[in-house]
Amino acid sequence: MDGSLSVVLFSGTDDKLNAAAVLTAGAAAMGRKVHVFLQYWALDAFRSDRILKDHGVAPEAGPEGAAAFQRHGGQHWSEILRQAKDIGEVEIQACSLSMDMFGLEVADLDPLVDGQEGVAGFFLHAEGPVTFI
Amino acid sequence: MTTVNITRSIDARGMPCPGPLMSLIGAIREGQVGDVIEVLSSDAGSRTDIPAWLAKAGHELVEVVEEDGFTHFDVRKAR
Repeated sequence: MDGSLSVVLFSGTDDKLNAAAVLTAGAAAMGRKVHVFLQYWALDAFRSDRILKDHGVAPEAGPEGAAAFQRHGGQHWSEILRQAKDIGEVEIQACSLSMDMFGLEVADLDPLVDGQEGVAGFFLHAEGPVTFI
Repeated sequence: MTTVNITRSIDARGMPCPGPLMSLIGAIREGQVGDVIEVLSSDAGSRTDIPAWLAKAGHELVEVVEEDGFTHFDVRKAR
């Protein structure tokens, strides 16, 4: 089973981005191609001037969940994604609609992002079901 | 446990998933064929992840020992 993994990142909180990074790293380690499409708040979190800042956690975490997430530590999700790109085939593309909405250029984004494309461009490469985080 | 000549040791205790596996992958890539890499991991996920990755990547799991609060893996780079 070597099917690719297609992930759409929508949420820009650190817990969801961390979950997505772990998923991506695991798939890349197991030899699967990974296509990541960044939309809305996830895209905003990949701006090079903001990627390392605190992006908070999802509301369902509550104070207890947020504290557990902070305590757990581990590497920053951007570092996990860098490792995933290093060990496997991971393509990260920014959604051109979201880029336009925020008035961003690819140069404003962290180098983890390979470029920008429209949604049809994403589906040209991405196969199978989409995981939406 | 048997005696194995350890080439490199990775103490990944306290590192959450997938840190220990990622560290092992990095060490395997940097190593020579025949090297034995020792990984200490307190992440329960490593018990499934490290053997799964080794099987996929074609390296050898020499030994797994459950210690107090962590797992000790000896891995041989096979190719």
